[in-house]
Amino acid sequence: MSDWTISGVSEIADAVKAKKTSAAEVVEAHLGRIAAKNEPIHAFLGRDDEKARAEARALDARIARGEDPGKLAGVPIAIKDAIHVMGLPTTCGSKILKQFQPPYEATVIRRLRSEGAIVIGKANMDEFAMGSSNENSAFGPARNPWDLTRVPGGSSGGSAAAVSAGFAAMALGSDTGGSIRQPAALCGVVGLKPTYGRVSRYGLVAFASSLDQIGPLTRSSRDAALVLSVIAGQDVHDATSSPRPVDDYVGGLDQPVRGLRIGVPRDFLKSGVESGVMAEFDQTIAALEKEGARIVEVALPNAPHAIATYYLVATAEASSNLARFDGVRYGLRADSPAARATLKDMYGESRDAGFGPEVKRRIILGTFVLSSGYYEAYYLRAQKVRTLIRRDFETAFASCDVIATPTTPSTAFKLGEKTANPLEMYLADVFTVPANLAGVPGISVPCGFSNGLPVGLQFVGPAFAEATLLRAGHAVERLAGGSPARPPL
Amino acid sequence: MAEIEDKLLTHIATLARLSLSAQETKSLAHDLSGILKYAESLESIDLAGVPPMSHATEGERFRPDEPRHELSREDALKNAPDHEAGLFRVPQVIGG
Repeated sequence: MSDWTISGVSEIADAVKAKKTSAAEVVEAHLGRIAAKNEPIHAFLGRDDEKARAEARALDARIARGEDPGKLAGVPIAIKDAIHVMGLPTTCGSKILKQFQPPYEATVIRRLRSEGAIVIGKANMDEFAMGSSNENSAFGPARNPWDLTRVPGGSSGGSAAAVSAGFAAMALGSDTGGSIRQPAALCGVVGLKPTYGRVSRYGLVAFASSLDQIGPLTRSSRDAALVLSVIAGQDVHDATSSPRPVDDYVGGLDQPVRGLRIGVPRDFLKSGVESGVMAEFDQTIAALEKEGARIVEVALPNAPHAIATYYLVATAEASSNLARFDGVRYGLRADSPAARATLKDMYGESRDAGFGPEVKRRIILGTFVLSSGYYEAYYLRAQKVRTLIRRDFETAFASCDVIATPTTPSTAFKLGEKTANPLEMYLADVFTVPANLAGVPGISVPCGFSNGLPVGLQFVGPAFAEATLLRAGHAVERLAGGSPARPPL
Repeated sequence: MAEIEDKLLTHIATLARLSLSAQETKSLAHDLSGILKYAESLESIDLAGVPPMSHATEGERFRPDEPRHELSREDALKNAPDHEAGLFRVPQVIGG
């Protein structure tokens, strides 16, 4: 009997469709692995095992009746707890949304379900997707399956941990400054942040609306291509979703990388990359060159300003988006005597009780940079630097097809290592943030190990070049020998 | 640039509708000063003639403004901390 918890997405779907197994058996295998291995990892914030089982049985019944169950038939998926799934609470890793039952379903979930995917659980995350370690979850951090004393990354840490540990064949995360790619790198899985507008954000709790994008975390680029082909495309409920036709992401995967121009911004990489990470990166680039890829030097002169720019732009948008949590229509309402006095007191007390320290820090920073007297010096200036960062990419893509960097400057760090200094935590995103500011897509693929911990390589491409990124990612996997490594749990 | 003092932070917290404790105010003022100091690096960039970028989309796309039934009153009230007669209930708004 196959171990379905190590199988790829299409392997599962094909076997379910061909009745070599059933959706019920696949789901049971994953629930069994979750029951046995999840406790120290804490990858989930919400699960309804009976609902998952019932959905699997219903799918099997459809197959028995001869219906087409879809491209993702019976494939278990973990969903970041910022995305609305009907029947399960959306907590966003926050006390303020602890009891929130979404009244509608996210477009991505609707699309995945219509192709036969089965939601196995809501994945742990940093509160409101603010963090790079999952330590900002109000319900306790998720841990890295490769080393339980280390963080899985964030903010989609539970999604990455779930896929790495074999609790789900695929997961959805959201990426505002690296929140899909960074945890994917730290947990040794593939993570793709699509072009801004490629995937509908309807049903994703907003953090920074001009930067947020939903994307897949999987154990291969092939699986990521498959998931993206299901969730991508215009949506009437998201005015920023693009009307461009969706490319065939799976078809071109096996194209050789011969002639692919890979840009490497050597100057930018001088900023504090761990030597073990750099060695794996250089080795992979050399191997790609041997396969016929052309390595070209590119410059991203404004990229070192991306972190500062990001924290002014993203917090400004967050302070505005999170104004909706006011204890009136949904979410936590403080019930102290102070909170009962007036509406204004109720707002302040509820928000102080409901939000965690990092969320408050960002609301305060965002409110400050938008406030009268400071707007021009901070927010407007950051928006202009954002233009320069986008122009850097446009210039670079005139001479290359993709840009390669390590995904993160270091491998997974220890829990508690960076919590005392918010700035140090922010710097974990130095290589991922520029793509969000420019609105272009990026993928992280595993490219080796340093001291037993996974190292991720990131490719960033021009807008809507996801097919090229997936093909480059697939080539890296091929060079590494194909099947992804599994953590020793 | 700004060294954030407790008084300014209290003003910002009022704008953000956050009733912070004195200790939170102090520690947030400290954190913010550090982050803004880091952001000083942006001051040296020549931004003459550079337009601000607010969004990465290719342009606005609007759907026709037609009413649709998306959410029933019952569903809209389902998550409300307090409601009465089909309406959200809140503490006193005027005075106090």
